[in-house]
Amino acid sequence: MKTIAPGRKRLVNNIITYGMVIAAFVILQVLNAGGMLSPSLQGQLVPICAYVTMAISLNLVVGISGELSLGHAGFMSVGAFSGVVANLSLQSVLPSGPVRLLVAMVIGAILAGIAGTIVGVPVLRLRGDYLAIVTLAFGEIIKNIINILYIGVDENGIHFSTQNEMALNLAEGGKAILKGPMGVTANVKLSTFTAGFILVLIALTVVLNLVNSRSGRAIMALRDNRIAAESVGIGATKFKLTAFVTSAVLAGAAGALYAMNYSSLAAKKFDFNTSILILVFVVLGGLGNIRGSIIAAALLYVLPELLRDFYDYRMLIYAIVLILVMLATNSPFFRDLKGRFQEWLRERAMAKADAKAKGGKGHE
Amino acid sequence: MSILNNLINGISLGSVYAIIALGYTMVYGIAKMLNFAHGDVIMVGAYVCFFATGQFGLPPLAGVLLAMVVCTVLGMVIERLAYKPLRQSASLAVLITAIGVSYFLQNSALLLWKSDPKVFTSVVGTGSVKLFGGELTITHVAIVTVLACVVIMLALTWFTGRTKMGKAMRACSEDKAAAQLMGIDVDRTISMTFAIGSALAAIAGVLLCSTYPSLMPTTGSLPGIKAFTAAVFGGIGSIPGAMLGGILLGIIEIFAKAFNTNISDAVVFAVLIVVLLVKPTGLLGKAVREKV
Amino acid sequence: MKMNRALSLALAGALGLSLLAGCGGGSTSTPAPAETGSAETTPAETGSASGVIKIGGIGPLTGSAAVYGLATKQGAEVAVNEINALGGLQFELDFQDDEGDAEKAVNAYNALIGDGAQIIYGCTTTTPCVAVAAETNAARYFQLTPSASSTDVTAGRDNVFQVCFTDPNQGITAANYIKDNGLGTKVAVIYNNGDAYSTGIYNAFQAQADEIGLEIVSVTTFPDDTNTDFTVQLGEAQKAGADLVFLPIYYTPTSLILNQAKTMDYAPVFFGCDGMDGILDLEGFDTSLAEGLMLMTPFNAWGEDERTVTFVTEYQEAYGGIPNQFAADGYDCMYAIYEACQAAGITADMSAQDICEALIAQFTAADFSVDGLTGTGMTWSTSGEVSKAPVVVKVEGGVYVTQ
Repeated sequence: MKTIAPGRKRLVNNIITYGMVIAAFVILQVLNAGGMLSPSLQGQLVPICAYVTMAISLNLVVGISGELSLGHAGFMSVGAFSGVVANLSLQSVLPSGPVRLLVAMVIGAILAGIAGTIVGVPVLRLRGDYLAIVTLAFGEIIKNIINILYIGVDENGIHFSTQNEMALNLAEGGKAILKGPMGVTANVKLSTFTAGFILVLIALTVVLNLVNSRSGRAIMALRDNRIAAESVGIGATKFKLTAFVTSAVLAGAAGALYAMNYSSLAAKKFDFNTSILILVFVVLGGLGNIRGSIIAAALLYVLPELLRDFYDYRMLIYAIVLILVMLATNSPFFRDLKGRFQEWLRERAMAKADAKAKGGKGHE
Repeated sequence: MSILNNLINGISLGSVYAIIALGYTMVYGIAKMLNFAHGDVIMVGAYVCFFATGQFGLPPLAGVLLAMVVCTVLGMVIERLAYKPLRQSASLAVLITAIGVSYFLQNSALLLWKSDPKVFTSVVGTGSVKLFGGELTITHVAIVTVLACVVIMLALTWFTGRTKMGKAMRACSEDKAAAQLMGIDVDRTISMTFAIGSALAAIAGVLLCSTYPSLMPTTGSLPGIKAFTAAVFGGIGSIPGAMLGGILLGIIEIFAKAFNTNISDAVVFAVLIVVLLVKPTGLLGKAVREKV
Repeated sequence: MKMNRALSLALAGALGLSLLAGCGGGSTSTPAPAETGSAETTPAETGSASGVIKIGGIGPLTGSAAVYGLATKQGAEVAVNEINALGGLQFELDFQDDEGDAEKAVNAYNALIGDGAQIIYGCTTTTPCVAVAAETNAARYFQLTPSASSTDVTAGRDNVFQVCFTDPNQGITAANYIKDNGLGTKVAVIYNNGDAYSTGIYNAFQAQADEIGLEIVSVTTFPDDTNTDFTVQLGEAQKAGADLVFLPIYYTPTSLILNQAKTMDYAPVFFGCDGMDGILDLEGFDTSLAEGLMLMTPFNAWGEDERTVTFVTEYQEAYGGIPNQFAADGYDCMYAIYEACQAAGITADMSAQDICEALIAQFTAADFSVDGLTGTGMTWSTSGEVSKAPVVVKVEGGVYVTQ
């Protein structure tokens, strides 16, 4: 393995990742066209894309930047609700569904990005579990605020209230979009698998390019040794904020995609448990490993659905699988096995004994 | 008078958070892991006590002791099976395993004890003390909870400061490898920490459900998160910090509700954020100097 | 913090394997290629030859709302057993968990129609129900919900019907009843502002109270928790001098409120809605706390008519515990579907879409009415709302007494 130059190895790796996503899309589209997908799987395609994007973006913060965030669902929530408001208020102006979806996703991404900046600037001063708890707190605050927010639209524009539907003072023909705890109940569905696939590709491109850029290396240097990195002039706040806001933007777009797949949406969906679920995808897929995030998100999303035949035991089995997979991938026994495998690979590479430079091990 | 009433309710609620937070903080201090299953151990403890006193007619104290024994064993088993193999792994790997354990406990409880909520009979009765001509009410549960919290905190401080096992725990939390070289059995020490933390969880569960007598499989998760917040608030790893953080969180929560019930959660978390921004390692947390 | 790629590959493999193991080999290891096994039944060719109509049920069986989903499931199962014992039309109920979440509910719905469900029964709670209603409306499946009471569930959807009262209806009726019977002059409201049901009733209640001149002196809320402290909310109500506290909430938090009110020596009249039914059956609940509690419920488990007695007996034998209105609504749903199927001549070999149109026509037909546990002569408007008379009961001596 070490005989390949790091740049080349990275390229191969990225091509495999892109190829995997594209192949999955093509295969699923072909199967779908042939009517060979069950309704159950068909219905899961869009949420899978949304969660894959969430996992990719969270991996940027947790894996690449090394900051534990427990409030990622908060940004998803901001993107989801602003996307829905955009969708429903632009209905008459932009009759075309795909265009409106695009606009909704962009607006969702921008607002989530703003939220990410507001949260990120103060929060990134903190470290480790303190940062984790503050992100958790922000996630809860966002949830709480959306829960009391009423938004309506009429010909005069968008109205806000924190009281109730009446306080919106909507003109004749106006409609309430977001109704506090009742959330959105009359959303127009726009999301398609193709849109989800494009979003995943965009997220992948953004994150992989960022990781492999100068900024990305600075972010990882800060993660591995902050003091050393700062001593050579890498500004911690700037680069950590870049990663954090990029991640929030992608989460916002994913939130908008997710929201546009359902006709109802309530703020309590985006709670601590959803943040944790996405974190589980990221850790299971491997910190800093984007491809792993994609695979883990897709598989773990499908798993509870596949377990429906077990009825009452479904979530119990899910929990056991989760624990076993974590043990299997992290326990010393399996690590020995992996070590031996790598040893064997190395020996084989040595045997070839060519003059290729070994090169340093790149960051992974 | 309502301010005083709120203060007392806040201290009572905060003491429950504090007891849970003590368990969190002990485990964190030594194993350096966030044990998200801690909240669910609380739930198990409350169920054990509920069935012991309700169906088998044991006296309340016996119910509490039984719950402590069951939770201690449960905590040690969880540690042995799910966390110990990951001792050398990244802390996030253990965190996810803890979440898996949390799902497991919740869903097992759902299968074993069904989803219908049980109304917990308070272990100290439902009486209350009235002061100032009935304007100020302090329930017996609140008094017992606060006392239990103080006693537990003092006992833990004594335990970690004076006993051999406690010192071993502190040594492990400072430097596991060095502790091992000094002849401390690290595995046993960590196991012991889980045992104590889980026993505390049982007490917290019983007191939580005595104060708010509704028991279902999801009972532990939210107080668990709140207590985790409290532990960080006070400075995670610090025993007095957990106590202080828990009680302050309870008081803030009650006053935020009195301020506006609609956004009480947002207020609680906003206060938390402000405190952490001013004091980034929590109220009583040690500032860790980084080595280059 | 790092995990390298070889490990992640091993992990992906392990996940794949575990998936295989978890599914008993019956399903696929990845979402991608091989979902062909279960693809034989597409929605267009539903209907089974065995003469059994497949009903797909959706509701929360895990999570914090599990108890309500379970009640609607069990109530419906009692009815299905009875109906099948009659020997005529046969039903098969497949009830899937939605965790009280819109996304999971749509997943459950898709799984059900993949398995050939012809009629959708559910969901138990509002937000998931709206999401599923949009799907059934597009794919033309008939949907009947036992307990999702928001008007958003049925709005603009001809195929979705309710067996429960709508939220606004309950709020308005409650305000009128309190005013007309002089139950209280100063009213306090405590509601769950994280819940659509609770907020929906409150909004209508407030509007109606303003209109008829019922004085509301205190409005407080609480979030969706299991163990909540209500001392602040109750303290405010007490301070404002409220002699009636309106609680448009479920029975689990109510038990806590009653308990805390007792320790505060605060004893107003407590008035609840249908979600409060079930409070007397809480294991370990001191029913004396609920003495004098008034609630609007369509179902009285202590009723003496023959059907109620039979239902309660059968329910207790099968599951233990006293059935609440969730279970009774579920029971009525099955009978409503059964009677409509018989009247419309629906057979098991019809497609879901044909069944849907036939049932819509039948439910809205002028001469169609159903006698159930939760009301006699229930009829449905074209908007999907049920019309039945609300009943107010008062807890006296640990049982309901109809007012």
